[in-house]
Amino acid sequence: MTLGGQHTLTAFDEDMNHLRGLISEMGGRAEAAIDGAMKALMSHDLAAADRIVADDKVIDHLEMEVEKLAVQIIGLRAPMADDLREVVAALKIASVVERIGDYAKNIAKRIVQLEPGYKYESLTVLQSMAEIASEMVHDVLNAFAARDAEAAVAVNERDKAVDDFYTAIFRMLVTFMMENPKSIGSGAHLLFIAKNLERVGDHATNVAEMVYFAATGEFMPERERGETVKV
Amino acid sequence: MFIREHPLLTILLIALLIAAASLDFYDRDVIATLLTLVVASIILYVRISGSKGSFVVAADPNPSPSPNFAALLIGAISDPMLIVTNRKVTRANVSARALLGEHILDQDVRVALRHPSIVPMLADKAEDGIVEAVGIGGRDQHWEVRFSTISPGTRVIQMVDRTARYAAERARTDFVANASHELRTPLAAVLGFIETLEDDTAGGDAKTRARFLKVMAAEAQRMQRLIDDLISLSRIESERYQPPQTPLDLLSLITQSARELRSPQGDPANIILDFGENVPLVAGDRTQLQQLVHNLLGNAIKYGRANTPVRVLVEMDSPKSIKMQVIDQGEGIAPDHLPRLTERFYRVDSARSRAGGGTGLGLAIVKHIVERHRGKLDISSVMGTGTTVSVTFPI
Repeated sequence: MTLGGQHTLTAFDEDMNHLRGLISEMGGRAEAAIDGAMKALMSHDLAAADRIVADDKVIDHLEMEVEKLAVQIIGLRAPMADDLREVVAALKIASVVERIGDYAKNIAKRIVQLEPGYKYESLTVLQSMAEIASEMVHDVLNAFAARDAEAAVAVNERDKAVDDFYTAIFRMLVTFMMENPKSIGSGAHLLFIAKNLERVGDHATNVAEMVYFAATGEFMPERERGETVKV
Repeated sequence: MFIREHPLLTILLIALLIAAASLDFYDRDVIATLLTLVVASIILYVRISGSKGSFVVAADPNPSPSPNFAALLIGAISDPMLIVTNRKVTRANVSARALLGEHILDQDVRVALRHPSIVPMLADKAEDGIVEAVGIGGRDQHWEVRFSTISPGTRVIQMVDRTARYAAERARTDFVANASHELRTPLAAVLGFIETLEDDTAGGDAKTRARFLKVMAAEAQRMQRLIDDLISLSRIESERYQPPQTPLDLLSLITQSARELRSPQGDPANIILDFGENVPLVAGDRTQLQQLVHNLLGNAIKYGRANTPVRVLVEMDSPKSIKMQVIDQGEGIAPDHLPRLTERFYRVDSARSRAGGGTGLGLAIVKHIVERHRGKLDISSVMGTGTTVSVTFPI
């Protein structure tokens, strides 16, 4: 690293910086998409739902850019040790964040299928569940930005709350649908929305695990799982 | 022009001239002062001309564009501020680091600010402007983010917290909605009964008529109480900045209110007055203090358990303040309600409060009166035991 070493180092740092910036941007968009989708669901705002579906293309595009840049960094700069770990983690995080964006899009797509003027008590519970899930995404992105392994572990611990919410909403909706067969259509969509949120929480923990790995070089210790739904 | 280009050299020359001219006329002190001025000017001149340019750069050993100076400048501002050069955070002041984390320095600016409304503003060709972003820091935090270019490729980002303004705006719309709702409910009852009375069968029966008229009167009185409360609230608010001056005897005010509120059965035990010795007069507004005592005692009686006494304690809290406590033995108030009790129309149990004839404004009025008297209001409550409201007045 004597000949032109400084130059290579700076260029690598520049690339890494750009990569982290791209992932943060994706994360910010995914986060906003979840919040926006839930807001549109609560107010039955179809125009807002359409916007969220359209905006998902930007997230997909950003993922492509991350992939290109990550491959380019590995190919051109041959990173080693923690640098390599970070590039690989970035690559994986990008695909997970893209999934989170997809779930938000899926929630937005279902809004139009619900009967207008719907008012289910499960909606408020769904809202609380979404709040935890989107906070997890928010906090895990902060952990990624700060390379903070401890914050990543804290995100993982909250996943159980989301799982428990899912179980509760599942029971609530199944009972509701049994009592009001007319609502089965809408109820099924709400059930899928709950499932999507539960997946968002799971994916946030996936990102947390990768942040932990990139920061420490070790795998995150196994965590306690939430109750699985039995019917 | 010489003077404009070399201001300090000019001072120096003038000082020298005065020094030379005054040698014959003034004493040693004046000459010593002038000589100090001359030496100081020389030192300053040398330092400034050595670092070419403005005075600003003189305070900074680095040549232009003087990043340290910029760091000092944003460090002195309490809003979170960042300086971004080529999309990288080069400087962040203390509040920005507290809000966004210590790691943001030398990172891509999107790592610090990833909000979708902010990112487009960070592009190389983006113009300066202001955008709004919700959810940076806390979930409900509203920010106004300002972008300004200070030199090509370098931008200053300033974040202004607008959370309080949004909260205030919401409180205002909530107030209008609540007030209209509270007024409409009794009005609907009155109109309904009028309609029924217009009907010959219902209106012709003297007994039914009397019963209906009683309900209508009660509802009309409720509206009147509400309007009275709203008027007194706005009056107290408008006088907020004029502290009251008249010296008043708080104890006799309380005694009088207690007499008015004692139960109709005349049971003298249900309000216990316990006054400390030598309680001085307080500067106050008679009507408002009466209203305060009346509201607090009224609440204590209404929400205290039946057949339990309400105690009123007045004593010197410190040599500079009087403390008045109204203690009831009721069910108590859950801790999560406590911070919101003084909000207008906030009710812990709305059905019960309305049935008791409450307007939902009592404690809001108390709070405003206490504020106008530069006092302190404190509500503490233990579930199952009771609630204590303390008001401290300065003397």
